[in-house]
Amino acid sequence: MKELRLMKGNEALAEAAIRAGADAYFGYPITPQSEVIEYLMMENPADRTGMQVLQAESEVAAINMVYGAAGCGKRAMTSSSSPGISLKMEGISYLAGAELPCLVVNVVRAGPGLGTIQPSQSDYFQAVKGGGHGDYKMIVLAPATVQESVDYVKLGFDLAFKYRTPVMILSDGIIGQMMEKVELFEQQPRLTEAPDWATVGKKPGRDSVIVTSLQLQSEEQEKVNLRLQAKYREIEKNEIMYETHQCDDAEYLMVAFGSCARISRKAMEMAREKGIKVGLFRPQTLYPYPYEALNKLADKVKGVLCVEMNAGQMVEDVRLAVNGKTRVEHFGRFGGMIPSPEEILNALEQKIIGG
Amino acid sequence: MSENNIISPENLVYSKTEVMTDRVLHYCPGCGHGTAHRMLAEAIDELGIQGDTIGVAPVGCSVLAYYYFNVDMQEAAHGRAPAVATGIKRVFPEKYVFTYQGDGDLAAIGTAETIHACNRGENILIVFINNGIYGMTGGQMAPTTLPGMKSSTSPRGRDVKTMGNPLKITELIAQLPGTYFVTRQSVHTPGNVRKTKRALKKAMEYQKLNKGTCFVEIVANCPSGWKMTPVQSNKWMEEHMFPFYPLGDIKVPE
Amino acid sequence: MTEEIIIAGFGGQGVLSMGQILCYSGVMQGKEVSWMPSYGPEMRGGTANCTAIISDDAISSPVLTKYDTAIVLNQPSLDKFESSVKPGGLLIYEENGMTRKPQRKDINIFSIAAYDESVKMNNTKVFNMIVIGGFLKVRPILELENVIKGLKKVLPERYHHLVPLNEDAIHKGMGIIKQEHTIE
Repeated sequence: MKELRLMKGNEALAEAAIRAGADAYFGYPITPQSEVIEYLMMENPADRTGMQVLQAESEVAAINMVYGAAGCGKRAMTSSSSPGISLKMEGISYLAGAELPCLVVNVVRAGPGLGTIQPSQSDYFQAVKGGGHGDYKMIVLAPATVQESVDYVKLGFDLAFKYRTPVMILSDGIIGQMMEKVELFEQQPRLTEAPDWATVGKKPGRDSVIVTSLQLQSEEQEKVNLRLQAKYREIEKNEIMYETHQCDDAEYLMVAFGSCARISRKAMEMAREKGIKVGLFRPQTLYPYPYEALNKLADKVKGVLCVEMNAGQMVEDVRLAVNGKTRVEHFGRFGGMIPSPEEILNALEQKIIGG
Repeated sequence: MSENNIISPENLVYSKTEVMTDRVLHYCPGCGHGTAHRMLAEAIDELGIQGDTIGVAPVGCSVLAYYYFNVDMQEAAHGRAPAVATGIKRVFPEKYVFTYQGDGDLAAIGTAETIHACNRGENILIVFINNGIYGMTGGQMAPTTLPGMKSSTSPRGRDVKTMGNPLKITELIAQLPGTYFVTRQSVHTPGNVRKTKRALKKAMEYQKLNKGTCFVEIVANCPSGWKMTPVQSNKWMEEHMFPFYPLGDIKVPE
Repeated sequence: MTEEIIIAGFGGQGVLSMGQILCYSGVMQGKEVSWMPSYGPEMRGGTANCTAIISDDAISSPVLTKYDTAIVLNQPSLDKFESSVKPGGLLIYEENGMTRKPQRKDINIFSIAAYDESVKMNNTKVFNMIVIGGFLKVRPILELENVIKGLKKVLPERYHHLVPLNEDAIHKGMGIIKQEHTIE
């Protein structure tokens, strides 16, 4: 029987981690995501599934604990918010380089610096364009509901292991703090067999397993890079996810992800009431980005408004996708300010319809 | 006696442990790393735990330690080995886990990870090679560089007023309730080599007890970084390093 | 049916849990719901608010600037949210401590002396349930049995013996809410 609960985004995500059969969580408190580790500590998953939970001394330590556990072939994860994610970027680059699977959750708050603890989407570039050093990519899932926060934990671990790569859930203060109805999936078993790339102790007759991102010879490092790039092309071919709302008859299009897509949807409903034919395109994966689908939609519309809680980040990908077919404008609030549906509608009318 | 006779099994008095691979070490002539590696490998071998041991290599001269230890190993980011080892030990509490780190890695960039892993009493072995210098990057000042000691970033000698004091992190670690066995050894004479091996073996054995972190410092020479011959460097180590970093057990199980 | 509600007051008045109880009751009645708190420094001693949305349809934005109903429990909240009620909407305020009454003429306004009532009941902790009762009297969007079910979900099991007291408080609230202004 399906289990319906009213849960906070952060807590639902933590429960989903236990149910996804995660082996270990390593974290460090930071607003607005501390509920994740608080929930796990309260729930004591060691008793339920054997999952280990540890409050590390820093975000840096936490991501490196993830590295150690992931190197053992285990489902390991961490979560944080923007300033903490910046600290984890070194570790994420190493995980990508050593081709280790893991799940990283960023409940984004506004920056730069300490910024504010209020919601934001200003870590888009950091998440999808790199963040850490070196030529790597991270699969980035952007939930817009508490339900998706739950579902993406399971999906995230699956993708991480399918491609041996870090996966990020790019949430924000709204999704993390709000409560919604969620249907929790059933408890998944923890992994029982270790993959052959995992350090589990050297067995007689096989070479020792080495988990590393270091190649001192350029020829060897280039081979690693080519292998990573081939993997990223596979991901781009197979894993794109997006949602469209009322795009069939749309004359105008809004593009938004995460919580901003929710608010934009309200703006769309208000616009439709006024007779404005506007649709909404919501990427669910920010990497890989749904360039092609958005490019096709651009054929049919007179203008595209990209709505974000930042100064204009995803709009660069929207422009790449639209590729000059129609005008693309950006509307954003930032610094922790949340755009209202009215403001978005107004921006649509001023920048796109009237513009 | 023919060559075949000499290498016949009954005449063998020494052979390289299986826990070391056949790769040629990249360490400089006279460097202490090779001996320290071998002592740890022999300890693992003698305890029969090769298949249950997971090591963590640092960033520094021993960054490629995973080529030499014939056990499953992970390479950590600079300073993060104790965190990586924590991650391993938490999901594999029954395995033997060690880190092998230099002074820059352990006592500068990784100070927080070192102290907190020890304070939590992670049941791991931390092997700390202290040669008072950054060897791999070419002889820069380390947290353990002695007062007045010259390096490429303290060319007129370490001025403690502006560059800080050498960090006796091992004494600091010994204060923490999470540590179980803390000792300082060296590998510059046969006697010291044997003592070091005993310490490493004991430390590995203690992991079974789940009583806390074991920490073995090995004061070592760095002929290249110190710009000395191996013999000079060992003499210099005895005269200058040991008075500041005295050898012996610092914390032993009661 | 979609009811977009803002509930605001001092921290400690049970503002956030009121929203949660309404939302969980909505879940029990098969509705779509969303609850979004204000979070941050203002939680500590200052004013707190939450947006609760209960709807027959999927909910788009969990954060709003205009509401069908504003429930305000202190003066700063009244000052902040009176203008956010949609024309034709509903404003409920707690009388205690209000120095300025609402001014809007294009909305329905009710007052509730929930604090006084909770003192009479000898339990100021049921203050927010009295307010919920008043709200449900004016906007009967949820059945009482589902509110009780919702309450049981929000309350830890060790407090379930207090459910009858809370139910009583809901009834009290339904009885004492007063209409102050009707749309002209």
